[in-house]
Amino acid sequence: MSILVYAEHDNTELKADTLKTVTAALKIGSDVHLLVAGANCQSVVEQAAKVTGVTKVLVADNAAYEHQLAENVSALVLELAADYDTIMATALTTGKNFMPRVAALLDVAQISDIIDVESADTFVRPIYAGNAIATVKSLDVKKVLTVRATAFDAADTDGSAEVVTLSNVTDAGISSHVKDELTVSARPDLGAASIVISGGRGMQNGENFKLLDGIADKLGAAIGASRAAVDAGFVPNDMQVGQTGKIVAPDLYIAVGISGAIQHLAGMKDSKVIVAINKDPEAPIFQVADYGLEADLFDALPELEAKL
Amino acid sequence: MKVLVPIKRVIDYNVKVRVKADNSDVDLTNTKMAINPFCEIAVEEAVRLKEAGTVTEIIVVSVGDKTCQEQLRTALALGADRAIQIETDESLDALNIAKLLQKVVEEEQPQLVILGKQSIDSDNNQTGQMLAALTGMSQGTFASEVVVADGKVNVTREVDGGLQTLALTLPAVVTTDLRLNEPRYASLPNIMKAKRKPLDVKPAADFGINLTARTSLLKVTPPAERQAGIMVGSIDELIEKLKTEAKVIS
Repeated sequence: MSILVYAEHDNTELKADTLKTVTAALKIGSDVHLLVAGANCQSVVEQAAKVTGVTKVLVADNAAYEHQLAENVSALVLELAADYDTIMATALTTGKNFMPRVAALLDVAQISDIIDVESADTFVRPIYAGNAIATVKSLDVKKVLTVRATAFDAADTDGSAEVVTLSNVTDAGISSHVKDELTVSARPDLGAASIVISGGRGMQNGENFKLLDGIADKLGAAIGASRAAVDAGFVPNDMQVGQTGKIVAPDLYIAVGISGAIQHLAGMKDSKVIVAINKDPEAPIFQVADYGLEADLFDALPELEAKL
Repeated sequence: MKVLVPIKRVIDYNVKVRVKADNSDVDLTNTKMAINPFCEIAVEEAVRLKEAGTVTEIIVVSVGDKTCQEQLRTALALGADRAIQIETDESLDALNIAKLLQKVVEEEQPQLVILGKQSIDSDNNQTGQMLAALTGMSQGTFASEVVVADGKVNVTREVDGGLQTLALTLPAVVTTDLRLNEPRYASLPNIMKAKRKPLDVKPAADFGINLTARTSLLKVTPPAERQAGIMVGSIDELIEKLKTEAKVIS
């Protein structure tokens, strides 16, 4: 029983979350293939071939896949689908974008955002922003799944898979890439960082987010934000941690001036250790924090930075 | 240009959901329901396009039992022109919803379909993409900006690393992210007016689609509760605990 896993990458680097999706795939079956679709993505192919447990890497290296447009990538996956019982992608931008198309065109349901595998056809996934956990059985012959990477450990990278180059190219021609405006940061990626420090509405404005910079630098942490801080225009949306933003599960999550709305907790409550700094002793964030400090963040942050 | 906006009735986002004692599903008895927040953003975007003169007619559609007429009326009060209820008592998979919507698209021939990126109950994030695939329309998901011009729609998308802009050939399917707009409130006169706007009811069975469930919900459980930890008295104590007890910093 073969499983196809779509590799999430930026044509240069294989996203670490793909290693976690491979772990999820190995819980379903043992013959796991990785598909790398991109343009000039040879370095990704090399990284993909090293993922332990992957037996084959399929490569579609063509300009049509440079920006991994949903129409083109889904057509490619559809052509390969006949050989697989299960098709999986990480629930990140690309996977979320094209996978439902694959499911629809195969005429099967998609099961999104799985956090555990019970058997080859039964999966566990959060619903209602993680306030309930559903166990869902697929009744279709083929399974199309997206995986919440934070729920699985990363596969090792001491393998050596066979690399197969694909020649099929599909360009639907109904969408084209105009531009990317990506946030450039020397800090680790929010999804991959082992420490995350996030600010909320309590930060009062975007300027004050600078108070988190020094601490993040000292800890090697990524900086996040609550939806309230994003909605208030303090920081861009790509910093948002929560149900409607990024789901993170670092070793240490420091929530500063965040009250702890349900939708924020949905994005960080699987963190190993949670620290909350808030001046309101009644803030719900303290109910999930391992260590709570009732303090004014404008006093606490400079002190924390100085003492680390 | 005609716009179709599919919407969903869901639990109000301020309400914390409870799981039934027999773990069969969540308990929605006597729960406050509302239009899904992302769908509300979709309605607002359509209304703004109409106000800008780009769009001539807004049709809202919802799949569900009679109660979803409440959300359709809300959308009419916000500025939609007419509504379609596809009537069913079943809770359908996203694929079956997309197939029903495909039929509506075939009949109404909209140039643009705007949907919420996901509903806050099932959190699937599938329907828009499935509809685009089934209809062959181009697709722009997680939109934070939509610009219609010259037979194309430029969609700026929220992606993991920032923003990405795509140019889509019309007709297109667009799904909304949070920052696309801030929905307005319906005014009382508009709520009154909405009661007289047309609302067609069409039984799902009449669409000639096999609506057999593709998934089976085996059980629903509450999430593992996180135990509250301890309050520390100072930054010094916090750093000490993180170093020696939690061992997450050095």
